Amino acid sequence: MRTIAHTLTVLTLGIALASSSARAQHETAFDIEDGARAFAQSCANCHGPDGDLIAGIDLGRGLYRRPLSDAEIADIIVNGIPDTPMPPTPRMNEQQAYRIVAYLRSLEIAPAAVADSGNAARGKLIFEGKGACMDCHRVNGQGSRVGPDLSSIGLLRRAAELEQSLLEPAAEVQPSNRFYSVTPAGSEPITGRLLNHDTFTVQLFDTDERLRSFVKADLLDHGFVDTPMPSFQDELGAQEIADVVAWLVSLRGTP
Amino acid sequence: MKSRIRRLGAIVTLFGLSATAQVHAQVSFERLLNAEREPENWLSYSGTLSNHRYSLLDRITTANVENLRLQWVWQARSLEKFEATPLVVDGILYTVQAPNDIVALDAATGRIFWTFAYEPSPDARTCCGRVNRGVAILGDTLFMGTIDAHMLAIDARSGQLIWKTKVAEAAERYSITMVPLVVGDKVMIGTAGGDMGIRGFVAAYDVKTGDEVWRFHTIPAPGEFGNDTWSGDSWMTGGAAVWNAGAYDPETNLVFFGTGNPAPDWDGRSRLGDNLYSNCVIALDADTGELKWYYQFTPHDELDYDATQVPVLADIDWRGEPRKVMLWANRNGLMYVLDRVTGEFLYGKPYVALNWMDGFDEQGRPQRVPGMVPTPEGTLIRPHVHGAINWAPPSFSPRTGLYYVAHWENSGIIVVEGQSPRPIGINRRQTTMGQVNLQPFFNNDEEAYGVVRAYDPDTLDPVWEFRMGDITWGGVLSTAGDVVFSGGKEGYFFALDARSGELLWRASLGGQVNSGPMSYAIGGRQFIAIAAGSSLFTFALP
Repeated sequence: MRTIAHTLTVLTLGIALASSSARAQHETAFDIEDGARAFAQSCANCHGPDGDLIAGIDLGRGLYRRPLSDAEIADIIVNGIPDTPMPPTPRMNEQQAYRIVAYLRSLEIAPAAVADSGNAARGKLIFEGKGACMDCHRVNGQGSRVGPDLSSIGLLRRAAELEQSLLEPAAEVQPSNRFYSVTPAGSEPITGRLLNHDTFTVQLFDTDERLRSFVKADLLDHGFVDTPMPSFQDELGAQEIADVVAWLVSLRGTP
Repeated sequence: MKSRIRRLGAIVTLFGLSATAQVHAQVSFERLLNAEREPENWLSYSGTLSNHRYSLLDRITTANVENLRLQWVWQARSLEKFEATPLVVDGILYTVQAPNDIVALDAATGRIFWTFAYEPSPDARTCCGRVNRGVAILGDTLFMGTIDAHMLAIDARSGQLIWKTKVAEAAERYSITMVPLVVGDKVMIGTAGGDMGIRGFVAAYDVKTGDEVWRFHTIPAPGEFGNDTWSGDSWMTGGAAVWNAGAYDPETNLVFFGTGNPAPDWDGRSRLGDNLYSNCVIALDADTGELKWYYQFTPHDELDYDATQVPVLADIDWRGEPRKVMLWANRNGLMYVLDRVTGEFLYGKPYVALNWMDGFDEQGRPQRVPGMVPTPEGTLIRPHVHGAINWAPPSFSPRTGLYYVAHWENSGIIVVEGQSPRPIGINRRQTTMGQVNLQPFFNNDEEAYGVVRAYDPDTLDPVWEFRMGDITWGGVLSTAGDVVFSGGKEGYFFALDARSGELLWRASLGGQVNSGPMSYAIGGRQFIAIAAGSSLFTFALP
């Protein structure tokens, strides 16, 4: 009996010592669920329910101001970041913090699993050929800048979201991908991707790939327009869509 | 020759010192009570203890405001939001460098006299930024609450600490972000932490010693009236924090404070009942802290509708009768006129899109719309969890008789039982908290937007509106030149015609406006000050 207890202690210690980097992967479903609850209670008020409410940070997709290990994230959860609005959470212990990390990491790894049915290599060929996607989009320095740069889209969107964008592009346009049209006096309407706007001005990336800024009061007309992204519902078959999705999911930043 | 110059210099210096000493006369309570008699100064958070945030200075008018020019900028060493409104006393400007440093500047040039540096305890916890909304003054002493829940008294001439009193335990999640309120020989303060399960209170301290004089708990203890509005032991951690500026009425000797939401914020199942005195305005005897009356804006709140807005006290002809009223644009989307002597509910109505109530009973209790509560499936509630307004200070102009409020419109949120609220719409940034720097903004017309509106206290109807693209966490200043100043998250600071709302002037300050504007004068020259980003900007006519 004593031997068993001793063995258990050694095992526990061993697990604790080995935990840092691999910890999230070894958490149970319960831990992830618990992490989700703790995230909702302790983090979501500032970071939002999807963890993407603070500019430059998307916790659900593993985007931080700099790459962070599990241990670093857990440390930030407990101790905060000095001189920033990120507060410490002193009543949270390390185990609870790691459960939140496990929950966040579980969100990050979800996309790859969903895209298994497609072939990324075939998808790349369709993307660059039949689909003519590069007429608007750019990947790793190649293609147009008019639409969103997709070089890291695999980090930013999940497979299901990418599939929806291909089939029903107007169903959910990310705010930063909205298109806007302005009509200056004596000019044809100018359309572009909305970069920013406020009460008095609007900033666009126009279809000639120029950064444009306008004072709204000087315009004859201005406003949001539908996305120029076409639907590929009738242009590509189901397997081709899956292939393109697989290609997009594989895009995780410039090598 | 040399010695003569030296002697002259000494005389000038002496004269200068003596003049300074004379000019820097103590800020008596009498001066605070009659602050409108010296509009060149700005002696308390909203200019007067009635919180009008109205300046009698009239050099800047609707006719010349377009000529405003930047005078000086003071950049804080801080990555936090700049929420403080400065004080100006006889040419010296005092403000806070977040979280809890105080600086004294020459109000004419922005050059620095001294800095008081304060390092809060690492135990300090704040829900929404390590911020501070300003200092109070009495005599030669400045008062500031700290994010580690202390009250400090600082020598306004030297910047040295006079006393430091622990208001509450920072480790138990009490913190202070609000401006203190000075009344007579007492300085009053409450704490934040209502979302973290504190038991709220407001306390008064002796201005000379820092000794506590009285403390009023905003959640009654067992045996006290109102404790039975909290089920079980929920009263012990029910929040109801006092975390924004109060007001004082010398005629009744009452101080008024708004109280925050009950905790837990979005799940009322553990705290059944009305949860007094959360989401109330409380009227306390300034000498004793005794509760004289209260009015609860949102009984049993499950939507985080803190009633911590800045109370505005006005003596007006209300519907043909002279009344001593309190005007209140509340976070819950309702605007109120209360009798501030008795607490009587005189009138209230929605001022933004709202769906959680559909009228008042005779006592002014809101009638809930059935089903507009958190549910397992989620319920779309308007306004948003951050409300129609949050803490930003409004303004009242006795000249126009209008109540000016910067707030936001058209916001909503899905509230799921027992969990965090979920913003609706694709743009989940629609009403996020203010930040320091500007962010790209993509909202379309259907999503929430900010406004400055002028309301008629008789009807609570808007007389005019100035609409912004993004929402605003900025306050409002009105002046005797019939100009209204405000700003917002887009980083604009602008001037409107107080009677029509017409845009007269604007400046792009490069950082979000998270503070209330104020005005002062140096040598008869009117200045307007506003904090944006992490800097303080001042403007004046050439």
